[in-house]
Amino acid sequence: MLKFIKHHLDTIDGVEIFPVLSFLIFFSVFLFALIYVVKADKSHMDEMSNLPLDNKN
Amino acid sequence: MQLEKFSYDNKIVRNFLFATALWGLVGFLVGLICAIEMFWPQLTNGISFLSFGRLRPLHTNAVIFAFVGNAIFAGVYHSLQRLVKARMYSDVLSKIHFWGWQLIIVAAAITLPLGYSTGKEYAELEWPIDISIALVWVIFGWNMMGTILKRRVKHLYVAIWFYIASWATVAVLHIVNSIELPVSFLKSYSMYAGVQDALVQWWYGHNAVAFFLTTPFLGLMYYYVPKAAGRPVFSYRLSIIHFWALIFIYIWAGPHHLLYTALPDWAQSLGTVFSIMLIAPSWGGMLNGLLTLRGAWDKVRDDVVLKFMVVAITAYGMVTFEGPMLSLKSLNAMTHYTDWIVGHVHLGALGWNGCMIFAMLYFIIPRIFQTKLHSQKMANWHFWLATASIIFYAIPMYWAGIVQNQMWREFNADGTLTNQNFLDTVTQLIPMYATRAIGGSIFIVGVLLMFYNLYKTVKSGKLLANEEAEAYPLAKANVKHEKEHWHRWIEKRPIQMLLLSIVVILIGGAIEMIPTFLVKSNIPSITSVQPYTPLELEGRDLYIREGCYNCHSQMIRPFRWETERYGDYSKAGEFVYDHPFQWGSKRTGPDLAREGVKTGRLYKPNDWHFNHLLVPDSVSDGSIMPRYPWLLNKLDSKTLEGKITAMRKMGVPYPEGYESKASGDMRLQAKEVAKPLYDNIDGLMISDETYDKIAAGEMKLEETEMVAVIAYLQRLGTDIYPKATKK
Ligand code: HEC
Repeated sequence: MLKFIKHHLDTIDGVEIFPVLSFLIFFSVFLFALIYVVKADKSHMDEMSNLPLDNKN
Repeated sequence: MQLEKFSYDNKIVRNFLFATALWGLVGFLVGLICAIEMFWPQLTNGISFLSFGRLRPLHTNAVIFAFVGNAIFAGVYHSLQRLVKARMYSDVLSKIHFWGWQLIIVAAAITLPLGYSTGKEYAELEWPIDISIALVWVIFGWNMMGTILKRRVKHLYVAIWFYIASWATVAVLHIVNSIELPVSFLKSYSMYAGVQDALVQWWYGHNAVAFFLTTPFLGLMYYYVPKAAGRPVFSYRLSIIHFWALIFIYIWAGPHHLLYTALPDWAQSLGTVFSIMLIAPSWGGMLNGLLTLRGAWDKVRDDVVLKFMVVAITAYGMVTFEGPMLSLKSLNAMTHYTDWIVGHVHLGALGWNGCMIFAMLYFIIPRIFQTKLHSQKMANWHFWLATASIIFYAIPMYWAGIVQNQMWREFNADGTLTNQNFLDTVTQLIPMYATRAIGGSIFIVGVLLMFYNLYKTVKSGKLLANEEAEAYPLAKANVKHEKEHWHRWIEKRPIQMLLLSIVVILIGGAIEMIPTFLVKSNIPSITSVQPYTPLELEGRDLYIREGCYNCHSQMIRPFRWETERYGDYSKAGEFVYDHPFQWGSKRTGPDLAREGVKTGRLYKPNDWHFNHLLVPDSVSDGSIMPRYPWLLNKLDSKTLEGKITAMRKMGVPYPEGYESKASGDMRLQAKEVAKPLYDNIDGLMISDETYDKIAAGEMKLEETEMVAVIAYLQRLGTDIYPKATKK
């Protein structure tokens, strides 16, 4: 009976790829964001962060 | 270049703010009634539309979609116009959006108490309302993107990314989860069944928390915290990481709502891993918010808006730490189905959403009404009441969760359960439920103070409906920056940003769900599992109508302390005909997955169920289950044929043409179910009047809704024991 819970995914061809894929995608997006942030120039960052303060109300 | 003059639309902001406050109060009051019913079930005795199972969906939907929803719209319409220096794209769309949303809320407030429900948590609204939500949501998106496209500021501030991603994701979630087959005007069945329905539902449920209650509010936080503090956000770089990491990780974490269930192990582990990873971006965001106030703490002391924000962000930090912890399998085993979770969500809803919304109300209303807040002192009182009430609410719930967990799993030396009678674990909780209601009341007192304060403020000022502003138009030619970066590129391209966010969340959703959909054809289905009989199907629909799933689970986890109490743990293959699934998420009452198994511990005869449903405390002393006298009404089975046909369309193997025989079969089975009731007619908890009617033949028990519900309860969990139960 336990196999209803445990192993029924084994019947899909290549199911191992799913978790691997998810990690790969996640890390590449994360890496991209990280690289950008590290390389972004300071003046642009300052300019962006001051946008909300750019009007009185 | 010519300086352009234009105006901000403040009227639409005001409308959404007023709606926020009003629906908030309604949602809280309905919540309070629910809370009181938990220790005083006779509060609304015999009034069907005020019974707990019907009011709880109204409470959750009102708080999420009416209170928080309107607040999101108010905040987006207020901050977006200013961040892009443009009036909303179309006043007409703004109006349609506003009134359309309020109409949906009214429709929800009418249909939910009347029992029109899809039976899926936080998505209970029936199909015509679902379609309206999709349409109004598209109007909102259209208006928002239109505004962004005609902006006068080149780059999009991070708050706007959060708005765009939230809009896109909620659209996807709502549509995917609401795919249902209509049977009649206000009745439909989820297209998914069992395990798949559960996975889709919690992918939706979890991400409704993520993309309705969290990401829009982070956008609001990134605008209003700097604004109120008068200083830029602590780290803009961090906010970028925060954004991408959060929208990317959140979408995967849904399965943590289904740990130890019949969901495939693989999906469960994925949910846990991504939930733990969520701590990093969540705390990054929290710190970013709090550190924005560094060096401004003296301001925080006198400014009630900032104070509310600090509590909101702190609550956010606590819930987003607690959430991942609750996703650890060992902790989840203890807290799932208990009141701990109720405490957890209220820390988020009252603390994070509630306090952030109060901050917004106190911040925006005096500004657009060109006046000062009527009373700082009263607002301060509101602040303290709100903060205290959250503690008063959360602590009893956590306590109740601990008590439940401990009592549910306690064994005697001889291997029997110490609290074999589930009721004993319920009566223990009454004092905590009462304290929780006090906490909720204090919260509401604070809100009433706010109402008065804001009313006075509004009275003393005048709405600046159209606020003059001026800005230079965007240069047409996009001068390319020397070292232009992909991200800088996308900050200028809202449509691409929209598409990219959709892609990002779709990848997560697809990878999470595809395997389970593929599995359908491969799963070794349990051959003895059969479709429900017509009577059971009608009974199941009544179970959904009454919202029994708000108090009962139907999912036994593979622990000895559960199998000992309820019977064999639940198997994925047992639910293949369950449109929608009814696993539930809370055990105020016992699990019912094996209620009908004759050899099981829970088995009760028909007349017991009859009396229990009419007057639960007559057979279970001190029970807090509502009474259901209206189940003595005649069963309306007009749509039975349509129901059978709809089920067959979705792959439930009723034979071709069975719909025409269904009602005959139903009557036969009803007679059989009613027989033990007639045999013990003197033992039934019916009034003399009803007794006389039955004796005179004016009323037939086999025609009541009661019989259908009993038939359904007696069917539950029996399929895997074909011999033991079939006579
Ligand atoms: C407010 C929460 C609540 C709601 C709503 C609720 N119940 Fe209950 N139910 C309980 C509690 C608590 C118990 C345990 C005490 C008792 O036996 O009454 C219980 C017990 C039961 C039992 C007995 C289980 C057993 O074998 O001991 C059944 C059957 C049941 N409920 C069915 C239903 C049905 C059907 C509905 C919807 C029509 C429903 N309940 C709605 C709280 C609720």
